[in-house]
Amino acid sequence: MISLRNTATAYGLVSRCLHWSVALLFIGQIALGWLTQVFSDQPVLQFDLYQLHKSVGFLILALALIRLAWSLFGRSPHAGAVASAVERLLARFAHRVLLLLTVAVPLAGWAIASASPLGVPSYVFDLVVVPNLPLPVSDAAEAFWSHIHAWLAYGAAGLVSIHAAAALFHAFRRGRTSLHGMLPQRR
Amino acid sequence: MKTVAWTSAIALTIAMATPVIPAQPAFAAQAIAHYRIDPASHIGFHVEQVSGGAINGSIPVASGHFEINAQDLAHSSVTIELSPGGVATGQPRIDAFLRSNAVFDTQTYPAITFTSTNVVPTGPKSATITGALTARGKSRPETFQAAFSKENGNRMSFHVTGDIPRLPYGMGVGVPIYSNVVSFDMQLEGVRE
Ligand code: HEM
Ligand code: HEM
Repeated sequence: MISLRNTATAYGLVSRCLHWSVALLFIGQIALGWLTQVFSDQPVLQFDLYQLHKSVGFLILALALIRLAWSLFGRSPHAGAVASAVERLLARFAHRVLLLLTVAVPLAGWAIASASPLGVPSYVFDLVVVPNLPLPVSDAAEAFWSHIHAWLAYGAAGLVSIHAAAALFHAFRRGRTSLHGMLPQRR
Repeated sequence: MKTVAWTSAIALTIAMATPVIPAQPAFAAQAIAHYRIDPASHIGFHVEQVSGGAINGSIPVASGHFEINAQDLAHSSVTIELSPGGVATGQPRIDAFLRSNAVFDTQTYPAITFTSTNVVPTGPKSATITGALTARGKSRPETFQAAFSKENGNRMSFHVTGDIPRLPYGMGVGVPIYSNVVSFDMQLEGVRE
């Protein structure tokens, strides 16, 4: 039985569900964000991709905030003796940065939508209107947040690759349990 | 000799006094007045957005005419052509989007036209006008409400309103963030011809 909360040696069910839902959405969202730029010559498709990207982004933001709160108020399991001290330190640091990026990237996206003179409302999945952040509105401000958002998103993509590679390396090369510690069934 | 001279003089006088009169139509056409629609007319529109507020803009008139039958308003008519290429919302990036193939596709369809087919008076100075609206290559019957505003010398103006759905014209991008309904509010200025 997996407990809901994290224990000293294992991630609980809540952490696992949040990790994988955010992880899948986040990776898909990077691809979706990239696609919005690829189809700039097809304005209808681009418009729809933007709105979908914004909707998924707000969903990620909500999940990421819950996850951040969960990890702040819970404990994190320690990797045990199998990982070296340096590895543990790096992993811990990378996890904190990833956790922050899952909040910061959608916040920067929200800032683009808020600073844009186009003022396209954020109608999340055609269900709820999310108001704009109180930010200055201009073409320049929109471009500024676009840059921040793109850098954070692609930076996150790089870190995610390293993080996933490290997890897989531990799982397959060392036969370690860290990946198993995130998967549904734990022995 | 004298008689001949007199007859000739009389004949000449009659010939000169009778100008060549063009054939007048037997019926009176006076009740119908023709007007050319002045490009200074204002074609305003707005599309509401889900969070409140709206996109407001205008589309310039390319040309148009109306005929007012004062005796029988129902036999009046109007035809108008708009140039969506000149659409103006006050936001150049929105204008470019509206001109693109997402909405008007002005490169392929440079004109929006309306030709009335049926005018039903709703009062002494107002009428419901139904006609064929053609936009982005699609024609559909649409209805507008027209009310006489003022007559000033050879000019006559009307206030015309109407709600047009954009989905049937293949211009549904952004529904439901932006309403399917485009509300027109126009001031048509006619110059008598
Ligand atoms: C975790 C969530 C998100 C991720 C991973 C993400 C990722 C991306 C990526 C990779 C791009 C392409 C950048 C480029 O190539 O220029 C992009 C663009 C964009 N994103 Fe996001 N995004 C997220 C959330 C959001 C949210 C919540 C919004 C708005 C409410 C948003 C609005 C935008 C906009 C407007 C663009 C286009 C910016 C431009 O013109 O360069 N994003 N996003
Ligand atoms: C396919 C890709 C991924 C794999 C295989 C993977 C794997 C793992 C594993 C095995 C752990 C547990 C590490 C340990 O035991 O210390 C973990 C933790 C973590 N991962 Fe991932 N991960 C992936 C994608 C992501 C993504 C996209 C994000 C965020 C953007 C992310 C953020 C985190 C964070 C923050 C932790 C720390 C634990 C927590 O707070 O949930 N991971 N990941």
